[in-house]
Amino acid sequence: MKQYETVIGLEVHVELATKTKIFCGCSTEFGGAPNTHTCPVCTGMPGSLPVLNKKVVEFAIKAGLAANCHIHQYCKFDRKNYFYPDNPQNYQISQLYLPICYDGAVEIETSAGKKTVRIHEMHMEEDAGKLIHDEWEDCSLVDYNRSGVPLIEIVSEPDMRSSEEVIAYLEKLRCTMQYLGVSDCKLQEGSMRADVNLSVREVGSETFGTRTEMKNLNSFKAIARAIEGERERQIELLEEGRAVVQETRRWDDNKESSHAMRSKEDAKDYRYFPDPDLPPIHISDAWIEELRGSIPELREAKMERYQKEYELPAYDAGILTESRHLAGLFEETAVLMGNPKKAANWFMVEVLRLIKDKGLDPEKVNFTPKHLADLLSMVEKKEVSAQNAKKVFEKVFDEDIDPVIYIEEKGLKIVEDTGFLAETVKKIVDANPGPLAELLGGKDKVMGFFVGQLMRELKGKANPDSVRKALTEEIERRR
Amino acid sequence: MAKMIDDETMENVCILAKLSLTEEEKEKAKEEMQKMLDYVEKLDELDTSKVEPMSHIFGDENVFREDVVTNGDNSEAMLANAPKQKENQYQVPKTIG
Amino acid sequence: MDLGAFTALELAEKIKQHQISVLDGVKYVFDQMEKHEDTVHAYLDTYKKEAYARAKEVQKGIEDGTYTGPLAGVPIAIKDNICIKGKKTTCASKILENFVPQYNAEVIDRLEKAGLVIIGKTNMDEFAMGSTTETSAYGVTRNPWNPDHVPGGSSGGSCAAVAAGEAYLALGSDTGGSIRQPSSYCGVTGIKPTYGTVSRYGLVAYASSLDQIGPVGKDVADCAALLEIIAGHDTKDSTSIKRDDLDFSSTMTDKIVGMKFGVPKEYLSSGLDPEVKEAFMNTLKSLTEMGAIVEFFSMKTTEYMIPAYYIIASAEASSNLERFDGVKYGFRAKEYEGLHDMYKKTRTEGFGEEVKRRIMLGSFVLSSGYYDAYYLKALRTKALIKKEFNEAFEKYDVLLAPAAPSTAPKLGESLKDPLAMYLSDIYTVAINLCGLPGITVPCGKDSKGLPVGIQMIGDCFKENNLFRAAHAYEKKRGDFGTAMEGGEKA
Repeated sequence: MKQYETVIGLEVHVELATKTKIFCGCSTEFGGAPNTHTCPVCTGMPGSLPVLNKKVVEFAIKAGLAANCHIHQYCKFDRKNYFYPDNPQNYQISQLYLPICYDGAVEIETSAGKKTVRIHEMHMEEDAGKLIHDEWEDCSLVDYNRSGVPLIEIVSEPDMRSSEEVIAYLEKLRCTMQYLGVSDCKLQEGSMRADVNLSVREVGSETFGTRTEMKNLNSFKAIARAIEGERERQIELLEEGRAVVQETRRWDDNKESSHAMRSKEDAKDYRYFPDPDLPPIHISDAWIEELRGSIPELREAKMERYQKEYELPAYDAGILTESRHLAGLFEETAVLMGNPKKAANWFMVEVLRLIKDKGLDPEKVNFTPKHLADLLSMVEKKEVSAQNAKKVFEKVFDEDIDPVIYIEEKGLKIVEDTGFLAETVKKIVDANPGPLAELLGGKDKVMGFFVGQLMRELKGKANPDSVRKALTEEIERRR
Repeated sequence: MAKMIDDETMENVCILAKLSLTEEEKEKAKEEMQKMLDYVEKLDELDTSKVEPMSHIFGDENVFREDVVTNGDNSEAMLANAPKQKENQYQVPKTIG
Repeated sequence: MDLGAFTALELAEKIKQHQISVLDGVKYVFDQMEKHEDTVHAYLDTYKKEAYARAKEVQKGIEDGTYTGPLAGVPIAIKDNICIKGKKTTCASKILENFVPQYNAEVIDRLEKAGLVIIGKTNMDEFAMGSTTETSAYGVTRNPWNPDHVPGGSSGGSCAAVAAGEAYLALGSDTGGSIRQPSSYCGVTGIKPTYGTVSRYGLVAYASSLDQIGPVGKDVADCAALLEIIAGHDTKDSTSIKRDDLDFSSTMTDKIVGMKFGVPKEYLSSGLDPEVKEAFMNTLKSLTEMGAIVEFFSMKTTEYMIPAYYIIASAEASSNLERFDGVKYGFRAKEYEGLHDMYKKTRTEGFGEEVKRRIMLGSFVLSSGYYDAYYLKALRTKALIKKEFNEAFEKYDVLLAPAAPSTAPKLGESLKDPLAMYLSDIYTVAINLCGLPGITVPCGKDSKGLPVGIQMIGDCFKENNLFRAAHAYEKKRGDFGTAMEGGEKA
């Protein structure tokens, strides 16, 4: 039984988070009614001309730098010519001959350890419009809102060997792009799209097999399934003595299979040539350094710093840095309350729980770190019970209330009024002669019952230790 | 020697250009293109081995715009010339994929 | 007062002095249309009602100081590949038969701000591809000097309109000579400015790296004044150049003593009609008599200009015309089966022969396996041609050339042999390749009375030299006569 190795390269399209499209001043905002974000340029009207959005270039350079790429300091746009209704000019403005970034690498980590995935190139291009299939009239409808939205395409070398590596690579890209603020990179929403190039070869072989390209992969699970499926399909072909045909295949995740997309109408000859409507771009050393300086601390560096500075374990550092936004909230909280470990714990337990329960986007979490810091300080000073603190925090999380004020108003503050406490203890003990007798008789467990009753009576506004102490004292008196 | 324009090449060119010619038209087009290509073959006389292709004549670079929304809802104007439209979208024959 | 005798500047001056009204000028051109359009057919669309209304508005504007420019009130015709909001723009093609742009070309906005009166759209070769205006899908235009002859192309309608008195000014476009050659055939003045001088926003693209909009008028001063209005940086066009030397009117000092003119020897080869050559040589004599220095020199890249041009122009055209697919605007075939059939039928039925020819050639030279040998080779050749022009301009202020190898051919003769037609562009295409400015000034007539023009070519951004030389020559030449008096009446 021959052993086959899977060889995978990825073409990832990342939608950039600019306010406007790449070549015109139309909004890129998601969700507008069809064709309400269009103009003569992005609908290919006769006589329209493209004008380049500077932010797109900046984002592309930053993305390249963060992925350790070289920058082509002199680059151009090329036209990629093909007919399709979602492409208003029937050519896409892209970069072939001089992509803005090239020869980079990212490090990924899988169960097998660390690995480098090389990046062949990154280039800027414009997105196409959206096609909707109208079942009633058996036709298609075109919406150009998305046409002209800026993309960067990231082309990797065929360095990956498993779906685990592919997912790790995509996660790495996603995290990096989010940290840079150049894209929110959501596979499910289409702001990150991945095409998988896959071939197989016998283990030990030096040459590459024929590869196919797979499209329509809309989730990590679909990607994993598609990789497995295509690997099997190709191996089967080879085992039967047939050849793998170089083609583009569309993955159907419902059927868990793919079919070839090629038709004879597709000449697949894009006739790239430099776009005469757009002057070349010259990126100075100064500009690159300026952008390099504006790149924030990326996840890896942050993780290391959390482990060193805050003495957090690697696992915790990993969780806390998954989202740059959340990491920021954590860091601020930690600095304000001066106890990073406690803050970390709170984030990992309470914050993440609430995010999960409420199905929130971590990027959308918005509470003032000072509010959490204050709350945690109160917990430390035993001014509020841990239980109540959790409830209060939920309010901070949802409504960003000031916990200090809230706790005062709702009377949740633990007051060390020993007199009142002693009185309450007496009251409860008097009210429960039976359990008292049992307790005096040696059933120590009954302490728990009394503590519970007392906490309820005190509406949680008591320091559990003080309660136990007062209760124990009272019980002793009754002996 | 200029490339010989054969039927396969004509076929390919028509697919690329999205044109459908009759057999007669194809023959004529083949002839005319062959003539043109034979003529432009003249360029081979020039030694351009040390010359960079000049795609832009002036040295202008870095023509940018700021990332500011300047366009509003132009859907009515954009659809004004649509040969076929439905629900504020351009209507075309069914596409696959 | 014979309004037909005035140039555009003279008309505007008379209007300013209240000797005539804007409406008088507009009425005059529509009267000329009444008389001549049946024969000349310079226009595809005219806006009589709107023009009359606009005339009244401009009149008021001149009186209250809104419009103070030197061409306020002048009627102008626009080539039909320039978009006017709310008005049909067909590029003389069936594929845009009903296309009404919802936006103005930048030049139209500038004309409106300057108080000109747009009177209609002129005929052209389909998508500006042609040299005779015979490839128009809407009928030919006839040369006002002799209706059996072509007006030239592709801006044949614009040049014929001015020549027939059906407009005082016109806008044309020039990609390979399309303003300069028909200006020569029609005995009018036309200029293609330095690439990037006039915004291309709203000009339906033929070859993006070569196209420029330019003025056509009765004389050099009119063209200079019009160019001042339409020239200038436009943020909507990334190839638009920021220039601060756009005062062309003050350049016509007529001081050409000692000005150096170069004539490429290769241009005077056997392909040049002897009568055209004679008119050309006479012009050289006149210039010399005015104190200019005229020299012949060798331009070795001459025979490579047309191949390089046609490869580059066709390649860009094949891409620029891909957008015409029946999806978003324009003609869509009535019957088709499926998407790709719709594309093919729409484009096959919508485009004329010449356009299809160039699209196919362009697709071929860009296609896989041929891109290097043809397209890149042409771009390298372009670099060499540019280099040679640069060297020439180190020695000369202005280069001189005929605008065309002959006077206007007869209708129906040129389309028989496309390659021969392409070869007639020999004097004009390199100017587009190199982004240079070029002006045509009428300089003589042949034995049939058909006009001959001389082309003056300047270095990039040196329209000042052209206007100075052209205006000086024009003064010396004297009155050229108009189509309506000289030549067979149209």
